[in-house]
Amino acid sequence: MTIGDIKNFLNADVLCGEDLLDKEVHTACGSDMMSDVLAFVKDQSVLITGLCNPQTVRTAEMMDIVCICFVRGKVPDEAVIELARQRGLAILATNMRMFEACGILYEKGLRGGASH
Amino acid sequence: MSSLKFHYVVDKTDFTRAGEASSDVKGKLRKMGCDPEVIRKVAIAMYEGEINMVIHAKGGVIDVEITPTDIILVLKDNGPGIADIEKAMQAGYSTASENIRSLGFGAGMGLPNMKKYSDEMNIDTVLGVGTTVTMVVHMK
Ligand SMILES: Nc1ncnc2c1ncn2[C@@H]1O[C@H](COP(=O)(O)OP(=O)(O)O)[C@@H](O)[C@H]1O
Ligand SMILES: [Mg+2]
Repeated sequence: MTIGDIKNFLNADVLCGEDLLDKEVHTACGSDMMSDVLAFVKDQSVLITGLCNPQTVRTAEMMDIVCICFVRGKVPDEAVIELARQRGLAILATNMRMFEACGILYEKGLRGGASH
Repeated sequence: MSSLKFHYVVDKTDFTRAGEASSDVKGKLRKMGCDPEVIRKVAIAMYEGEINMVIHAKGGVIDVEITPTDIILVLKDNGPGIADIEKAMQAGYSTASENIRSLGFGAGMGLPNMKKYSDEMNIDTVLGVGTTVTMVVHMK
């Protein structure tokens, strides 16, 4: 699946990283707790979250996550998007809730991958 | 090769900026062509420590030394100190407020995670004076 596929499946807007839409991703994690992402995520490349602050981007950066998808219609402010842009991350935003978004992506073949 | 040293001041009030130092170190290690797994260990361990300095201790300073064999991180704050290190090291133990949790932190996994990702870790803490966390990650 590509980041562009995720955008289509979740009917999401692309807030930054249009140039990354062809990038292949295989694993994802869903959480609003960055502490848990830092502690339990291993090689996942997509973060699905309802938490919309700069630390979401920082956490993704530290974990080498390449795409953040905000759920529940959350849209980060421009400073957060700019930070993601500088760090080469794609940001998507969907109106779907966490459970729906994760369920659809799982059904389409995205997996949880390894955990610690 | 001699060692490289970097000094960072971690802002005590600005949660939105927490992680800037870790981000900078990550970028530097990447430019140096450091092993990606080593970079990841340093980035996560340092970021957890940096977050702790902001949410538990109102900021501090971080000194990073990169030698041919090790990356040494010294995180020093003048916060409240840690009363019971053994307890603080337990997975899930946290004194973080509801407000911190709503910001996505305070699951009590930070110190265990720092221990996991560093090859050596030492906590020096005095109640009412502050905490110094030293972590060493070996180069591969
Ligand atoms: N630098 C620090 N200064 C004072 N207390 C700290 C510091 N770092 C950690 N602690 C204490 O140790 C506890 C556990 O830390 P940690 O494992 O990172 O979990 P969390 O940050 O999610 O609370 C914290 O809740 C806090 O009480
Ligand atoms: Mg912590």
